[in-house]
Amino acid sequence: MRRTRARAVWALHLAIILLLLGLQFVVPPFHQVMLARIMALAVYAIGYNVLLGYAGLMSLGHAMFFASGMYATGLTILYFGFGAGAAFGLGVLASAGMATALGLVTLRASGVSFLIVTMMFSQAFYLATLYFNEITMGDQGFIISGLLPPLWAGGRELAFSDPAVKYNLALVVFALCLLLSLWLTRSPIGRVLVAVRENEERTRLLGYNPLSYKLLALIVSGSIAGASGSIYTLMFSYVGSSFASILYSIYPLLWTLLGGTGTTLGPLLGTALMTYVVDIASGLTSSYLLLVGATLLILIMWFPAGVMGGIRARWVRWLP
Amino acid sequence: MGEVAAVTRLLETRALSKTFDGLEAVRRVDFRLETGEIRAIIGPNGAGKTTLVSMISGRISPTSGRVLFKGKDVTGLRAWDRVALGIVYTFQVTSIFKNLTVYENVALAAQRRLMTGALSRLTRPQRTLAEHVQAALAQVGLPDAGDRHAGSLPYGHQKLLEVAMALALKPELLILDEPTQGLAPEEIAALSRLIRALSRGVTMLLIEHNMAVVLELATKVTVMDKGDILAEGTPSEVEAHPDVQKVYLGL
Repeated sequence: MRRTRARAVWALHLAIILLLLGLQFVVPPFHQVMLARIMALAVYAIGYNVLLGYAGLMSLGHAMFFASGMYATGLTILYFGFGAGAAFGLGVLASAGMATALGLVTLRASGVSFLIVTMMFSQAFYLATLYFNEITMGDQGFIISGLLPPLWAGGRELAFSDPAVKYNLALVVFALCLLLSLWLTRSPIGRVLVAVRENEERTRLLGYNPLSYKLLALIVSGSIAGASGSIYTLMFSYVGSSFASILYSIYPLLWTLLGGTGTTLGPLLGTALMTYVVDIASGLTSSYLLLVGATLLILIMWFPAGVMGGIRARWVRWLP
Repeated sequence: MGEVAAVTRLLETRALSKTFDGLEAVRRVDFRLETGEIRAIIGPNGAGKTTLVSMISGRISPTSGRVLFKGKDVTGLRAWDRVALGIVYTFQVTSIFKNLTVYENVALAAQRRLMTGALSRLTRPQRTLAEHVQAALAQVGLPDAGDRHAGSLPYGHQKLLEVAMALALKPELLILDEPTQGLAPEEIAALSRLIRALSRGVTMLLIEHNMAVVLELATKVTVMDKGDILAEGTPSEVEAHPDVQKVYLGL
């Protein structure tokens, strides 16, 4: 029983990755770009969900990790002529480092205090990107298109300006992060994270140090957020301090809540829904945020646990 | 002679004290426990029983004094490290993960024993884990409850689940804080039988208010009052002790 369910879970996730792989050949170019962007940002939401959905910690400072990935990638390309691979690796490393440092300082807090403290540090980071504008070019930002040498695969040149390259880069990073989050949440570590979320005191007396598990969750979460920022930079060639602003800390929270916290597929669904609702609504009216708000209200009334959370509670109990 | 004593002595506290805001909950307690005992701690409310076992399990740290486990000073060790040594505590108020399945609850405990370091052996086969979980559930008489939500179990079964979680941690010393509280008489009888059966492999330390259970189960009884040990001995010795009758039995 338990093992057949495990197979079904992995099969479902692989099917969704294959579906996304196939979609690029069917959808019109506009939606291809939309989907690529959604996948890159869904990675951000996946990272956020590791911390909120499994360790139960709500952060308002993830823009710091997202932007760390962006700046580490963008600045090394701009100033040192790094290739895409090295710049991406550095982006992930930089955000992992930031998450470790932040975790060591903030993880003694939880609940609202954690929210506030992470927001504070993230705002400090945002202000630093403005303050050092000789290097970062502040909120005006900088463009790296043309600076990146193209990738080579199987004797073919892959230019970053090619929409198909963008799409598949996003897909690869998305697939890796989705499978990583699925594996993590189903692993013994994921089980302990859920236990910490549900009852920290009890978990301690089952022989686990909650602090080290929370730190691990924060590092994984921050690294995935950084991977998202980094791949976003490679795809769209622009880095600016607006990506470090509080808005970019709120986005992944919204996407995750909408899709369903503590579900592996919720982040993708939430990001896709939100992106498309914003897109459609802004085509209809200039007060499109009103429509977005109404959509959110409807979802919260019928799906308080997010879309995937609602589906799991009502119909498909075995969803991870 | 001293050598022999050291081998069988499982637990010892030396002048262990805990003060809460000037109130001495436990006062310089010297407590000894030998391997293989079923020891009951009794005493009126506020006698310091739970405070004492909480310092033994590492849930709270003492104001002064030492805790020795198998001759090793564990006073400075945190609760999770003491679990790894074999000191396992089950809560007075049932404290299971109600939103998780029974299987997940026990798996949390069982995997702690299977993981050597905090993060090592991540890929240990799920089958090994499942075997350990199943064994613990069978031991307490809940072999078929694995897929149920822990919160949906009747209260008596939740208590048994607690015991299964404790067993999956492979304890050497199992501390049960009022295990029979809130149980029906037939459930109490079943739990007593279980505790007796388990005591062949595990030293038991229970806090218990039900005197019938204490008299039936315990090999030795410690009576506490106002943070001190008042008397200690076999159940019949303690029952006959004049101070105990005065303080505890209200005679």
